Amino acid sequence: MRYLPLTPDERRSMLATIGARSIDDLFVDVPEAARLSAPVDLPRFMGEMQVERDLGRLAAKNMTASSVPFFVGAGAYKHHVPASVDHIIQRSEFLTSYTPYQPEIAQGTLQYLFEFQTQVAAITGMDVANASMYDGSTGTGEAVLMAMRVTKRNKAVVSGRLHPHYADVVHTVCGHAGAGMSIEIGGVHPSAPEDLSSRLDANTACVVVQNPDVFGNLADLRVLAEATHAAGALLIVVVTEAVSLGLVMSPGSMGADIVVAEGQSIGVGLQFGGPYVGLFATREKYMRQMPGRLCGRTVDGQGRPGFVLTLSTREQHIRREKATSNICTNSGLMCLAFTIHMTLLGEGGFKRLAQLNHEAACDLADALAELPGVEIPTRSYFNEFTLKLPKPAAGVVSALAKKGVLGGVPASRLYPGDASLENLLIVAATEVNTEECRASFVAALKEVLA
Amino acid sequence: MSMNNQGRPTNIVAGGTDAIVTYTGHRGLMQEEGLSFDRGRSGKWGVDLPEPKNKADRLGGVRRKGEIGLPELSEPEVVRHFVRLSQKNYSIDTGLFPLGSCTMKHNPRLNEKVARFPGFGDIHPLQPQETVQGAWALIDRLAHWLKTLTGMPAVALSPKAGAHGELCGLMAIKAAIEARGEIRRRILVPESAHGTNPATAALIGYTVDTVPATTRGRVDLAALKAKLGPDVAAVMVTNPNTCGLFEDEVLGIADAIHGAGGYFYCDGANYNAIVGRVRPGDLGVDAMHINLHKTFSTPHGGGGPGAGPVVFSEALAPYVPVPFVVAGADGFTNIEQEEDAPAGARPFGRMTAFHGQMGMFTRAMAYMMSHGSDGLRQVAEDAVLNANYILANLKDVMSAPFGDTGPCMHEALFDDEFLKGTGVTTLDFAKALIDEGYHPMTVYFPLVVHGAMLVEPTETESKETLDRFIHAMRSLAAEAKAGNTQGTNRFGGAPYLSPRSRLDETAAARKPVLKWTPPAPKQAAE
Amino acid sequence: MTTYFTDQHEWIKVEGGIATVGITAHAAEQLGDVVFVELPAIGKALTKSGEAAVVESVKAASDVYAPVSGEVTEANDTIVGEPAKVNEDPEGAGWFFKLKLTNESELSGLMDKAAYDAFVASGG
Repeated sequence: MRYLPLTPDERRSMLATIGARSIDDLFVDVPEAARLSAPVDLPRFMGEMQVERDLGRLAAKNMTASSVPFFVGAGAYKHHVPASVDHIIQRSEFLTSYTPYQPEIAQGTLQYLFEFQTQVAAITGMDVANASMYDGSTGTGEAVLMAMRVTKRNKAVVSGRLHPHYADVVHTVCGHAGAGMSIEIGGVHPSAPEDLSSRLDANTACVVVQNPDVFGNLADLRVLAEATHAAGALLIVVVTEAVSLGLVMSPGSMGADIVVAEGQSIGVGLQFGGPYVGLFATREKYMRQMPGRLCGRTVDGQGRPGFVLTLSTREQHIRREKATSNICTNSGLMCLAFTIHMTLLGEGGFKRLAQLNHEAACDLADALAELPGVEIPTRSYFNEFTLKLPKPAAGVVSALAKKGVLGGVPASRLYPGDASLENLLIVAATEVNTEECRASFVAALKEVLA
Repeated sequence: MSMNNQGRPTNIVAGGTDAIVTYTGHRGLMQEEGLSFDRGRSGKWGVDLPEPKNKADRLGGVRRKGEIGLPELSEPEVVRHFVRLSQKNYSIDTGLFPLGSCTMKHNPRLNEKVARFPGFGDIHPLQPQETVQGAWALIDRLAHWLKTLTGMPAVALSPKAGAHGELCGLMAIKAAIEARGEIRRRILVPESAHGTNPATAALIGYTVDTVPATTRGRVDLAALKAKLGPDVAAVMVTNPNTCGLFEDEVLGIADAIHGAGGYFYCDGANYNAIVGRVRPGDLGVDAMHINLHKTFSTPHGGGGPGAGPVVFSEALAPYVPVPFVVAGADGFTNIEQEEDAPAGARPFGRMTAFHGQMGMFTRAMAYMMSHGSDGLRQVAEDAVLNANYILANLKDVMSAPFGDTGPCMHEALFDDEFLKGTGVTTLDFAKALIDEGYHPMTVYFPLVVHGAMLVEPTETESKETLDRFIHAMRSLAAEAKAGNTQGTNRFGGAPYLSPRSRLDETAAARKPVLKWTPPAPKQAAE
Repeated sequence: MTTYFTDQHEWIKVEGGIATVGITAHAAEQLGDVVFVELPAIGKALTKSGEAAVVESVKAASDVYAPVSGEVTEANDTIVGEPAKVNEDPEGAGWFFKLKLTNESELSGLMDKAAYDAFVASGG
């Protein structure tokens, strides 16, 4: 077997050194009834070529984003990832290293984490960022728990236009997290203003809003931030499309206390939902209440600059049941992908990428609005908006797929059972959509609706 | 003759390099590299993007103003920056990485190739289900392998890492207890447990009750039984445990907790020791997470990502969270909403936005298929053999607190008894190992022994590598006991030969600097 | 003025109904370099053995418990800004907070210096 270096002779000589007659002697502590005498009922070993061929057949059954006109978003976005990103993250020293617990021989990882934290703080407009969460959705759950710790209150007011899967994650974690925690979710409408301020009370720990929201609406959050702060609560702003931060006012500048974002759009790729990278940033005064690892700058014994994991007393390996979170493994390598892509973009490239995304969405919206019976309730948006179709969107999306177009996410897939949302289709456009892709989509939709 | 008058000296001159101070700060191949942020804005980019049209925007008045503060570099500068950073890292591809409880095994590159097939890497989690039937098939196959290997009837694949899997497991336990109309508030956790166990239990509102260990390094079953009662929801036991030992009374633990109406959660971090040889389902386990980034070779990537699928017993199977894949006559369906769950299923909620770590599923699947059922069994055997070989070769010069109680499993535990009176600490010993070209073992964990050193070689190390490591460890132990033979502070000052010497963690924690800030503008000269 | 000690390694000095509380030299040494201290708010009512403050080094974190019940009258902000003071002078300038005692009889359950030293020597 190609991954196992021991030869049968070596195994025998090693057993002799140990003083064991056979390998079974090393498993004597296993209760006899639980010792398997033969391999379990699964296929035997395969060579590299066979595995590649077999899994290649499964992969070939899937319709890939790059092969068709593609407009699916709702929390994960198709962007171009520069070739150097994927090359660098496959360098052995990054790919096959561990959490930087021995900083003297992990400065590479630590320095990019420091750069990552700086980038995340900069684009979100916050003071400090951590070294990542699993993804945007779990980061949102952590943010709500953190707000409850900071305020010592236990109600979360959640926008009805927070991605429903994110809301489900918050609901699941808080629903289990302890007595008295409650979640109030606002009503769902694709575009009408949402009144969250009226739900604020003396027990409200936080208000959670997504911007742009799951239907694509962009909002000015400053008034909500003021009302939230006046009630002694924290404003948590969730961003599922990190590219928007290149063109939209930062959540920090609008008054956010905690910002959680899905970083998948920058450097990571679609990957069918994971691994992604959760960005998590907050105000300096809440630094010690943050979940996850933090990298800090310091000096070594000779006074040279260097980096270490710091403020670790918040974490599970030291604080155990009093830790701010149970997270250990995070999204290290995806942070690296994010950091490389962001460094390639730089200030100018990041802003232009965002501008191109917005323009792609505006052009697509203009073309789709011409179709008979199609309305666009979303007024202000970044690169994603909602279409109101003359018939249920789920069937339309399937019909489009048969024509080789992946045309968005039906709202009913996220909000099942809500008849008022049945005809809504959430559509995203990015820099990868050419004029030709957009025209194919418009033509295919026209045929499907006819 | 035709004469080449460009001959140059080729003789070797003896001499050290210690005294050389370089002008650049670089030391040969070891390049100093500043922060990207120190470069500032230059107007050059590492990407080429078309000119925007800059028509009126539809941002509703929330357009960003002013600078973000990101530096600008060209592609060659970016590539060089990160390549230089990479060269400051130790990795499993560099050498032995015997980090106990972390299972740093070889990461096959076939895994990377398969995960990057466009059919897996370039598909969206919310595209129509009929357009990703191959992805559901892969997920379904992974589930089948994990269930078969563990002898458990159900699996939740969506948890994103080990600790997330623990959370998933405990939530299912909580749901099952609530479904019986009961409330239970306590979870029993052995003192040798990973920190994530008590942290996870506390996160969802349980009181953590610590169970002591016996002098044989196992859970004290009598003490555990004494703590059982109608308010105990579960016991969380790592097996093999963090001392590298198999809990030989595991069936007694399972019987005791079941008898008290609670559930048996097994931390599967050390599953590599038993994969293919022992099925947790035969040990009375109700839930166990599997770290795909340990046992099934997906790369650790400098701290993540991982993946933490959880296998469940019959009793907990109904509570598997959404989403999950079900096979039907005309293909696979992904159940994404609790109300769409098939009869009998009572999903407790949702762990993450999408379907879990697909990129890790493909890698793990490629690895499992490569080994097959026979190869995976050999994995456990070689992992255990390698650890016992290290234990047998070191226990006379180091101190192995449980070295005489029988074989270890996949990792060998030492304490600092052998360093007593030498002035050398466990930390010093570990740092000296860096100078010898190794990543140190896990130190100061588990907490149940003093100055712990936990060595996990894994099955992907050759005998030759182990022999060299054993030689290094024996030499260091001898030197520590002899004291200062090289006339330097060999241990206390270590490491000397790494890109950085010991870093000032106290200063880092007292005045945290967590991001780059622009230097203060220079004062104009008076 | 007498100094008392607890089995959780706090010391307490009482003068005119006001007690000063800190962590013992032994505790400071065990923790290592202190990097962070969190002190109770002035006016907070503490109960004997309840959590009163937090002290952290790089790799360890501990709660500091109230040796006796009382109301916090003062907190030592110096050690918040300069946590190193706790290591330099744990039983003097590195004090944590002052309490107005509400139940002086609770003092009788605490150790004196000799008893505490014996307790530490026995591995407590």
